[in-house]
Amino acid sequence: MGEAIAFYIIAGFILIFAVLVVTAKEAVHSVVFLVIDFLFVAALYASLGAEFLAIIQILVYAGGIVVLYLFVVMLVNLKRPPEAYADPHRRTTLGFALSAAMLLEIGVIASYGYVKPAPALAAVAAPVTGNTEEVGWLLYTSYLIPFEIASMLLLVAMIGAIVLAKREL
Amino acid sequence: MITPTHYMLLSAALFTIGVVGVMVRRNIIIIFMSIELILNAVNINLVAFSNQLQNAVGQVFAIFIIAVAAAEAAVGLGIILAFFRNKETVNIDEMNLMRW
Amino acid sequence: MVDTFVIPLLKIVIVLNATLVGVTYMVLLERKVIAWAQSRLGPMRVGPYGILQPVADAVKLMIKEDITPVRADKWLFTAAPIISMVPALIVYAVIPFGSEVSLFGRQVTLYITDINVGLLYVVSVASVGVYGIILAGYASNSKYPLLASLRASAQLISYEVAVTLTLVSVVVMAGSLSMVQIVNAQYNSHVWFVFAQPVAFVLVLIGGLAETNRAPFDLPEAEQELTGGFHTEYSGMRFALFFLAEYANMIVVSSVVTTLFLGGWLPPFPNVAAFGFLYYVPSWAWFLLKSFVFLYLFIWIRATLPRYRYDQLMNLGWKVLIPIAIANLVVTGIVRVLLL
Repeated sequence: MGEAIAFYIIAGFILIFAVLVVTAKEAVHSVVFLVIDFLFVAALYASLGAEFLAIIQILVYAGGIVVLYLFVVMLVNLKRPPEAYADPHRRTTLGFALSAAMLLEIGVIASYGYVKPAPALAAVAAPVTGNTEEVGWLLYTSYLIPFEIASMLLLVAMIGAIVLAKREL
Repeated sequence: MITPTHYMLLSAALFTIGVVGVMVRRNIIIIFMSIELILNAVNINLVAFSNQLQNAVGQVFAIFIIAVAAAEAAVGLGIILAFFRNKETVNIDEMNLMRW
Repeated sequence: MVDTFVIPLLKIVIVLNATLVGVTYMVLLERKVIAWAQSRLGPMRVGPYGILQPVADAVKLMIKEDITPVRADKWLFTAAPIISMVPALIVYAVIPFGSEVSLFGRQVTLYITDINVGLLYVVSVASVGVYGIILAGYASNSKYPLLASLRASAQLISYEVAVTLTLVSVVVMAGSLSMVQIVNAQYNSHVWFVFAQPVAFVLVLIGGLAETNRAPFDLPEAEQELTGGFHTEYSGMRFALFFLAEYANMIVVSSVVTTLFLGGWLPPFPNVAAFGFLYYVPSWAWFLLKSFVFLYLFIWIRATLPRYRYDQLMNLGWKVLIPIAIANLVVTGIVRVLLL
């Protein structure tokens, strides 16, 4: 019961703030709503027993990535409203229709899973206990190479961002 | 009783909100933020199933997705800044230099 | 019922109130110590030796007119002080002020909660506090606050990297992210981590000064260049919130440094039989004493050192602290693997 209440409250806030992110007139407000949204997603992770990921969500997303967005929004200080010009070929209704179709599709798949739930798999026992230890153990054993590739990706992205954003090298 | 289906539906709704943002908004920064929403929707799914299967692999993949999101944000915002210096706009409808 | 709701709520109430009272008296302490350093008397009018000055300040700030600039973004302008205050306070949830004590026949732990990602929680909540500063500068719609908030956020983000990297080497030593487990690890190793990790200690101290915008890294509120920094346009209680958040962050940094490097609630030479008599002093007293030493050190540094230039600050952060932090982490890891 408590779990259900927590889920519905958190899910409601996630969706409300997601809608606000998309509909906010000013980009700065959008960024603030995005932070709040990510904090609620972190709360959802914590309620799912993934406390390490919840903290990483706050640390990396809310405290790192979104700060970047806020910086760019402040740097890109516009004299005219950013949405002043609309391409005449733009098909906004089509966009809504496609999104609705996709929601319907995913919903059908999800409800199929509700009717015929997948058999529960036996848990794979890690040699360590605790969420953080388990995630760390997996990252440094089975997923070591993806982990290293991710770090290379971040390095490349960092260099790329510097090259792109610097006026002259 | 909260089943994985509930999480899937939440994730689907969040994903769709993100897609609507990408399709409808013209401010490219808000489009990027919508992409972040989409990535979060995927993460919710992964973590929900990781909880259901009692297996931390889903969380490991969520961490990879967060890393990719960080890389995407850094490069994407770099491109936005470089573009803004040349054309003084962040409206995606005006970013059509490569069209002809 | 009592254990799940009443005691935690009581602890939260006590910790929050103690923090806010401590913060107001930090302001008095700072004014007094700086006055002494400059051969002045400091506040002397309100109460004996100015002991009631914080009360007078609080009354003054509360009844002052609360001004919102006309062109400001009203929504964000109101939210910004709250955003910077809340993270400064919720960090106290994981800080262990002492070990167990028995009160009214009940074993009570002197921390609100002990989560197994405690240290990461502290770092992540502190990283959210940046928003208060950035949004304050943006929402004021005024040039000095905007410049100050850009400076402040760049500074906070840069030093956050160095501090977090340094904290990892402490985690490697302790083998846990839980604050209580880190203290216990120091108990088991018979020595405070300040002796095992002196480099990390210095780095975290410097980074902590920068994270709290204290002198010599107080560029974001440099009065001479920026007329007071990101809270230039604020007045009354909203200004007071920024002020309190800064001092609350100072207490957080000193508590965290105490916990990680000076053994938290442990006396000197923990777990050594010859020094067992030190345990007659209660654990929270050791904690408060050590934290107070750090708070005093912060004020002392402010009274002593001149301010950095902005490019020097960035050079120090990126070209000195981060490489040392990485080197320290690598050495710690190698030693740890070889010795265990």
